[in-house]
Amino acid sequence: MSFFDRLLGRKESNSSNVAKNRLQLVLVHDRVDLSPGKMDQLKDDLIEVISKYVEIDQHGIDIALTNSNRQSRLTAQIPVVNVRK
Amino acid sequence: MSATVITITSGKGGVGKTTTTANLSAALAACGKKVVAIDADIGLRNLDVVMGLENRIVYDLVNVVEGTCRLRQAMIKDKRVDELYLIPAAQSRDKSALKPEDMVAVVDQLRDEFDFVIIDSPAGIEQGFKNAVAPADRVLIVTTPEVSAVRDADRIIGLIEAEEKGPADLIVNRLRLDMVKRGDMLTTDDVIDVLAINLIGIVPDDEKIIVSTNQGRPLVMENGSMAGQAFRNIGLRLMGQNVPFMSFEQPDTFMKRLSKFLMG
Repeated sequence: MSFFDRLLGRKESNSSNVAKNRLQLVLVHDRVDLSPGKMDQLKDDLIEVISKYVEIDQHGIDIALTNSNRQSRLTAQIPVVNVRK
Repeated sequence: MSATVITITSGKGGVGKTTTTANLSAALAACGKKVVAIDADIGLRNLDVVMGLENRIVYDLVNVVEGTCRLRQAMIKDKRVDELYLIPAAQSRDKSALKPEDMVAVVDQLRDEFDFVIIDSPAGIEQGFKNAVAPADRVLIVTTPEVSAVRDADRIIGLIEAEEKGPADLIVNRLRLDMVKRGDMLTTDDVIDVLAINLIGIVPDDEKIIVSTNQGRPLVMENGSMAGQAFRNIGLRLMGQNVPFMSFEQPDTFMKRLSKFLMG
């Protein structure tokens, strides 16, 4: 920790931020009773179903559980590959 | 008179439910309200010792439910405050000695006579918790600013909503201001942000709580402690008053930090 950090009152360690982030993540899964492992299965199933209809970029997929005011939301960003250029 | 029935619960054990029950009950009684505290932790009786009334127990809650005694016989009057009573838990029984309907029936008999019925719930989410919550008009959830306690509080909030007893209010207990200041403890804002629930009190960590428990004299009975004041404030909020939260700390100014740095 530098002289200036101490002078400006910056915090030496900040484990409370770590705690908050970990809590937010664990609660998102607790609230819908969906473990991270199950999320992976869901992702695989989604890919399988959607691939029947369109070609998708499997590496660009982003599926996330979020929470706002105790309301859980499952969001999926699935890039579709343009076949006809 | 029609009582407000308040259940104090937490999910996790050891976060201060019993201390909170004892202090809020005494604080409300000190404000002239007629209060009865009920220990619903059957088999792990503790509210009696925290309130300092353990030597006067003859009958308990399970005796009342089983009809071994009348309700009045199980009520111990606190002689230090007007109109404060305790109904102790049974010590030699377990949670299965009571059903939620029993708790509702007992509490209904108290509603006309008291302003507040305060129920100390056992930890956990099983039978004992269900018994304690069944008669509640309001639920207060106690947590400490730690990941395990906050996670359990979140679970309880969900269960309270499912039982249609919500929205519950939150008490953040044992906040350590020194640790918050150096970024090593969740702040009250962090906890509220994560749980998305109404805050009704912040109680700073205070050695005097342990001293008061040693003596069996709830802290709100003396003046001059931060935790006691925090509990009195929660009592006033329960009575419908709008009491601002205590400001525990003023942010350091640059000059203050500079002098602290130079002086060591």
